[in-house]
Amino acid sequence: MSKYFQPEIECADPAEIKKIQSEKLVKQVRHVWEHVPYYRAKMEAKGVTPDDIHGIEDLHKLPFLSKADLKEAYPYGLMGCPRKDVVRIHSTSGTTGKRVIAFYTKEDLDMWSDCTARAIVAAGGDENDVVQVCYGYGLFTGGSGLNDGSHKVGCMTLPMSSGNTERQLQFMVDLGATILCCTPSYAAYLGESIKEAGLRDKIQLKAGIFGAEAWSEEMRRDIQESLGIKAYDIYGLTELTGPGVSFECEEQSGMHINEDHFVAEIIDPETEEVLPEGSIGELVFTSLDKIGFPMIRYRTRDICVLRREKCSCGRTFIKMGKPMGRSDDMLIIKGVNVFPSQIEAVLLEEGFPANYQIIVDRVNNSDTLEVQVEMTPELFSDNLGKISEIEKQLIGSLKTMLGIYAKVRLVAPKSITRSEGKAVRVIDKRKI
Amino acid sequence: MEIYQISVFLENQAGKLSEVTNLLAENGIDLRAINIAESSDYGVLRVITSDAEKAVEILREHNFIVNCTAVLGVSVPDRPGGLAHLLRILAAEKFDVEYMYSVFGQPNGLAYMILRVENIEEVRSVLEKDGIHTADCAELGIK
Repeated sequence: MSKYFQPEIECADPAEIKKIQSEKLVKQVRHVWEHVPYYRAKMEAKGVTPDDIHGIEDLHKLPFLSKADLKEAYPYGLMGCPRKDVVRIHSTSGTTGKRVIAFYTKEDLDMWSDCTARAIVAAGGDENDVVQVCYGYGLFTGGSGLNDGSHKVGCMTLPMSSGNTERQLQFMVDLGATILCCTPSYAAYLGESIKEAGLRDKIQLKAGIFGAEAWSEEMRRDIQESLGIKAYDIYGLTELTGPGVSFECEEQSGMHINEDHFVAEIIDPETEEVLPEGSIGELVFTSLDKIGFPMIRYRTRDICVLRREKCSCGRTFIKMGKPMGRSDDMLIIKGVNVFPSQIEAVLLEEGFPANYQIIVDRVNNSDTLEVQVEMTPELFSDNLGKISEIEKQLIGSLKTMLGIYAKVRLVAPKSITRSEGKAVRVIDKRKI
Repeated sequence: MEIYQISVFLENQAGKLSEVTNLLAENGIDLRAINIAESSDYGVLRVITSDAEKAVEILREHNFIVNCTAVLGVSVPDRPGGLAHLLRILAAEKFDVEYMYSVFGQPNGLAYMILRVENIEEVRSVLEKDGIHTADCAELGIK
């Protein structure tokens, strides 16, 4: 078995890739013009028609799509085909406004699983492998993304979904799992649990494919050591497909973007100007052949660098570095997208003041979220039980809004620092 | 006159309680009774002071969140079974006591309890009927 899933594409001459991209882009823009009135209106507003797009060099002429567009067009406004052709949806967490619902046709799912299959093969996988997928299955893209790629490679796939560590370990040991797919923090947690249970000699893992949240090189070393594996990063977002937009090879120095399906650009988030290769800026993606939910020049808000260099693995796809931050205020906590504005909305609804602070930390390789909010005379009572009722209700509302647990800490009035101008709402203590 | 209890929101932080007692001391306010209920992050301090109005004013000036609640002061014979007798009466009448605490020693040698109940007047008349004396402000050294 070769170490590429589709060598003819993955190792193609960059000029050949560019040709494929150009042909697909011309077709995709025409398709979107005809099927997505929302984007057509944006093109018209910019004075661009499909006739202006002759190849990848014309990409910069097209208007951007942003999270705000997704919100405005929610739920069906950006669907790129008749509904009868859609076979699956996936969704991000968050409220209606912030929630992204993406549509997939059969062909889209086929393309996506090619992408994740490439990632699995790059991590050394073939049909002899046992792939344990403990990303969540369901609306989240992680579970089914890796699951379908694993099927495509022909691996025996364990559709574990997230949680229930005891059962994860039992299957891992009993069935001899060789490749683990989950979030890096869960991988670290599994590593600890294996050590505690004294199972280190009983596992057969050789590789792990970890994504959906940021992780450091230090964390990579820890995971590799505790599980005795090589750990590979994988990147993606629901707007585009899910994991597999880009993936790491054995060189572990950046993720190869599946350029036959996605074109990446780096822009200055302020001026929106395209920056030359090697610059730090905001990552923008165009999906070249996704029909259910086509994204043209979608602003990811992830800040990173693109580099096209000869890779020892033989792949010619451009590489993106780990995202270094965000050009908006979105936080990724336990793999879940969290906006401070969501927390603020819940606080106001529950009668709390808008003076709050969000403390994000990583304890034992797992993210923690604490919301500090000032007590008010209206919420205060001489009865401690009544205060803890209010506290419990707030925790419940935050959980409903964010999808994850947030610890609430009631603090004294005026104890949260008021800064001049822009308030410091988020303190991220994670060292990533 | 009613006895007023002051409750104060306190973060569980070194020096917070001391800040309150210092403020009261500096302003010549005497503490007649004190009680704290706490969770892991915060607590509710409940005090009976010699001057409730002034105490509230001073604490609010210093950004504390303060509540004022009417409570019932009851004198209890200072001997075995004194409190048991009181609670038996309340239980027989099905009165709920949210919480209670005792008052610092009084010069008159009587022991006093502070009761937080919903219907102060009702409870007072039941207790008085049973020969239990309820306290007034002067007795407890409250202005």
